[in-house]
Formats: sequence, C-alpha cells, structure tokens
Amino acid sequence: MNLRGSRLALAATTAVVSVASLVAVATNSASAASSRLKSGETIYFIPKDTLNPYEVIADAGGKTALNAIGDKQVVSSGTADTAAAQIPSIQAAIAAKASAIVIAGNDPSALCPSLAKAQAAGIKIVSFDSDVTCPNHLFINQANTRQIGTSEIDLLASEIHSTGQIAILSAAATATNQNAWIKYMKVELKKYPKMKLVSTVYGNDDPATSLTVLQGLLSAYPNLAGIISPTTVGISTAAQYLDTHKALLKHLTLTGLGLPSQMKKYVLDGTVKAFELWNPSNLGYLAGYAAATLASGTITGKAGQSFTAGKLGAYKILPAAAGTGPSVVLGPPTVFNKSNVLKFNF
Amino acid sequence: MVRSSPVVSGSETTPVEQAPVSAPARVPQERGLSWRMLGRWEVALLGFVLGTVLFGIAETPNFLTGTNFFDFGLNIGSIAIMALPLTLIVMTGEIDLSVASTLGLASSLLGYLFAHGWPIVGAMALVIVVGLACGLFNGLLITRLGLPSLAVTIGTLALYRGIALIILGSNSVTGFPSSYTTIGTSPIPHTELSWSLGIFILMAIVYAIVLHATPVGRAMHAIGLQQEAAFFSGIRVKRIKLVLYALSGLLCSIAGILWTFQYATSRYDAGIGLELTVVTIVLFGGVSIFGGRGTIVGVVMAVCVIGGIESALTLMNVAPQVQQIVTGCLLLISVILPNAAEGIGRIRARSAISRRANE
Repeated sequence: MNLRGSRLALAATTAVVSVASLVAVATNSASAASSRLKSGETIYFIPKDTLNPYEVIADAGGKTALNAIGDKQVVSSGTADTAAAQIPSIQAAIAAKASAIVIAGNDPSALCPSLAKAQAAGIKIVSFDSDVTCPNHLFINQANTRQIGTSEIDLLASEIHSTGQIAILSAAATATNQNAWIKYMKVELKKYPKMKLVSTVYGNDDPATSLTVLQGLLSAYPNLAGIISPTTVGISTAAQYLDTHKALLKHLTLTGLGLPSQMKKYVLDGTVKAFELWNPSNLGYLAGYAAATLASGTITGKAGQSFTAGKLGAYKILPAAAGTGPSVVLGPPTVFNKSNVLKFNF
Repeated sequence: MVRSSPVVSGSETTPVEQAPVSAPARVPQERGLSWRMLGRWEVALLGFVLGTVLFGIAETPNFLTGTNFFDFGLNIGSIAIMALPLTLIVMTGEIDLSVASTLGLASSLLGYLFAHGWPIVGAMALVIVVGLACGLFNGLLITRLGLPSLAVTIGTLALYRGIALIILGSNSVTGFPSSYTTIGTSPIPHTELSWSLGIFILMAIVYAIVLHATPVGRAMHAIGLQQEAAFFSGIRVKRIKLVLYALSGLLCSIAGILWTFQYATSRYDAGIGLELTVVTIVLFGGVSIFGGRGTIVGVVMAVCVIGGIESALTLMNVAPQVQQIVTGCLLLISVILPNAAEGIGRIRARSAISRRANE
C-alpha cells in the first residue's frame, strides 16, 4: 500500500518534472541545465577502494566538475575491494546528509540494501565504472560494454594475424565489468575461427597474484599468442614481466585496458604495441556533473532526459537495456600506441 | 600450593611428582601477578571504550545516534560472533585462523542451496551442520593427530575458501526472501540493535558463564596455563579442545548466514581476510596468545573499541589506511602494555625478595 502510494507519487513527480524539463529544454535549449545547478551540495564518491590508481584519477575528475559547480566532494571507501568495505562509507554519506552518492560497486547486489536506505534518506545514486543492480539509479557507462569487449578482440586479432591461442588475465572472478566484457569478447571471438581462447585467469587486481597466475598461464600454454588483460593492474604487471622476458615477445602479444602513465614505458620500448582505455578523468567528471544535476532536481535520471556536463557537452540518458537501468555512455574507448601515448597524463 | 587451585579436584590422585618439578617457584608468582594484570588491562580497556565514545562525540555530530549504533552493530556483529569461540580456543593455547573461510563457505553453501530450490530453513540447517563439520575437522586434526593448530587452520583457511569457490565460482546468488534480508537494513524491533549484535550479546553472556563460572571454564584456564599439568590432573584436554573447535565452526556458520542475509548476497569471497580482525579483537580484549588468561568482558569491550573507532573514523572520512594504522597500534599496545606491567611487577617482586633477604 505504502509502497504503491510512494511509487505513484514518484511517477507523478517524474511526470511533472519531465514535463517541466521538456518545457525548459524547449524554451532554453539543453545547455540551460548546468547554469541552474545548486551549489553547496555534498556529494560522496565511493570508489572500489581508495588506492586504485584508475579510480583516484576518476575521483579527481569528479572533483574538478564539482569545484566548477561549487559543490563539495568527499571520497570515502575501504582498502579492500569488497562490498562490506564500502557499506560504512554509504552509512557515513547518510549520516552526513549528502545529496548524492557516486559509487563504483564492488558487488552488483550486496550494496543494494544500504543504497536503498540512502535513497530513502533522499540521496540520489549514480554508479560508475562498475554498475550495481539496484533500482532507481543512473549508471555512467565508461564505454559501451559490447564495444570494449569486441574492440579488445579486434585489436588483438589485428596484431596476431587472427591466429593462435589466446588467454585473458582478468581482475576478480566476481567483478561485474570484467565479466561483462569477457562475455562480449567470447561472442566477438566467433568471428576469428583460428583464434582460440584457452584460459581465463584471475589476478584479483593485485600485482603479486596477477604475476603468479600469469606465470602459471605461460607454463601451461607455452605457445600462447596473445593475452588480453582488461584491467590496469593486470596489464601493467604482465607488461613488466614481458619486459624482462623479451624472448616471449617473439610469439606473444599483450594488450588490454591500461593507463597511459603506467604503460608508456612499455609502449615506447616495444613490449606492448597498443592498448585501450577511456579517459577516467572524464568519466569521473561526467559522473560528478550527473550527480550534481540529479541533486539539483534538474533531472530525475529517467531515460530520454538530457543534461550538460561542462566541457564534455550534452548527454542524453539512454533507456534501460539488458541488465542495466538508465545510463549515460561516455564515448568509445581510445586506442593508445607509440603515436599518442605521451599526450595523456593520467 | 597456589598452583593446584585452578586445576580443581583430583590433583592429589594423579602423578604429582612430574608437574611441580617444572614450575615450582615461577608459577605461583606469575599467577598472582597475572590476576592483578588482568584487572589492570580491563580497566585500561574500559578507558579505551570511554575514550572511543568521547572521541566519537567530539569529532562527529552523528556518532551517538541510534542509526549509527545500528550501523556499528551491522558492521561488527558477525565478526564479533566469531571472536567468542576463538577466545576460548586462544585461552587453551591454540588458534583458529579458518574462521573467516568457514563464514565464506557457509555463505556460498547457503546461496547454492537456495539457488537450487531448497527451502531457506532447510538450507540454513544444513549450512550449520556443515559449519560444525568444518570445526570438527580442524579439531580432529589438532587433537587426534596432534598437529599444530596454526598450521592446520592456515591449511583449512585456504581449503574452506577453495571449496566455497568451487561451490559458487564467480557467481553470486541474490534474491533471498526479504523477510530475511531485512536484517541488513532494520534493527531488532523496538531497539537500535542489529540482529547480529543482538545474537552476539546473547552468546557473549552464555560464553562468559561457561568460561568464568563453570568447572569446564576453569579447566580451559588450566589447559592454557599448563597443558600437561591439566592433563595429569584429570582434565579431558583433547575432548575440550575438540568441542571448542566444533563450536567455532558452528558459530562461524551462523555468522556466515547472518552475513549473507545482511548483504542480501552469497559470494565465495564473503568475509575474506576477516580472520585478522577477529584475532585482533581477541588479543586486544586481553586474551593471552600463550593461553590461560582472558575474559569475555574484555573481548566485548574490544569489540566496542575496534568497531567504535572504525565507525568514528569513517564518519570523519579518515582514509582507511589510517584506520588500519590505528587498529595496528591498538593491537601493539595490547601486547606491550601488559608485558611492560609484568616486567615492572617482576622487578618489584625481585627487589622485595632481596630486601627481605637483606633484613
């Protein structure tokens, strides 16, 4: 009863707000949204952990956005990549009466009870990097999941002449984003009948574990032609290993998702030819704008609404699709190689 | 003459000539000292508890609220439950590092059974039986084969986590009935107590009675102080240890069930790495790692301090690395302070003896 009532109210509000925003868009064009953002709001960024270099950059991007708006950013998380370590940060956001939470989920569902509590307290929820399955939140997609999975395979195929045994060096076996990309990699592999995925190993985003599983992989498959590591920790560990074992490079090619700052050494000395990534700073920046816009009530996070994210321009909220709720896509991933790797400082 | 007192009855009928030889002058002194020290450490702990609360109130406006107390219980409750059986195990001079892996195995199994259509109550019952079996397995290896508990439980730490990974793989199971998962968002009705903390408090009372007011509890002290002496005075050392390990498995599986419902998710990596937090609580609670000394009250206060500090520092948005440093320092203090007190006590005792000798 109660639930239905509140849902009705929500639907009514949504309708009113979307009509209002439609009018606003019609009269004032899309760029109006950013100038109307409320300042002085507190927005919690809850990364997977506080030390992951990738998320540190994304959080900094969010800070740039929030500074421009005049909101306050608080970054809070644990040191271990577990949902249990993130929940105290959600509780802290509720206690601090934050207006929005931007979270990279360590688990798709374990955070939902806590996030639901936050929503009940009036906090808007934005997820980025790794989505959660809870209802009523906006997901900032770094790139289309399918695009990443397929482009990784295409990139490797072009380097190894579409032939040979390949393997994947992933992060945690439970990581939502990794598993989604791997799923699309497997689909894309059907295009290359001579390429065979022989193994997927998990380095848990820990350099020591990544190295151990990599060594196991190389001894189990001495003729391995390619490794895709769709995680910054995995690819940098593997690149470092190949750098000191150059003989392997005769038959083995490494690619994946990496940070230009960590990978430029290996790209310049030829250990790695090319790798991909979106710009994590822009991802955080976009998430910051999305959170601030939601917190201002300018948008409600429903599909079809649009908002302006500062220097990045206008974004439109995409409708829910298989497994994801309403989302915004940052853009296609960038391929980094010798020609451009020095231009990026993240 | 003092040394036979904790061993209860029967010391006259056993081969006494062996036991006193090893310990005649040293032990009585230490026992007297350790009793005084224990009192002191608990006073220190009480100070820590008050200090934590005052620190929390001073540093953040939201510390002493009902919601935060609920959150505190939610975050520490399951961990605290695992600390109780470990307290008794450490009391007898042993260790159990497989506690968090048993929790993970329980969570995985619960999810697996639920996903395969088991009724939730039946699944919970089987999970508890399996938890008991995990504890018994540890206990049998340690007591019947005489293997060192540190090695055995490091082994089962990996083993139980591995089985959990086999059961669930990289999947996670969700969709548990909301009447169960509500323990993650709502306190026990009419209170601000989380269910896990409520169960911990009940269990703590039972454990305190067993440890401090029953012959079995006194036997545990005796085993920890000197195992052979306890054995020769008729205490069933192996039986007691076996039961303690079985209880540990049992409570860890209950903690695993609570953990699963609290997070509405079953995963193989539930509670990974928590064994160190549990050990920290037990040692900070004043339980001697060498056995024979410790109180449940101390462990309860350690739960308050460690959970309370974590809560306050999170509300203050202190980096988690700093939180780890604080916990690490607390553990060091808990080891250094009683030892220093003991050292000072011994010097005093020695000078008293020499003074007496001089007179």
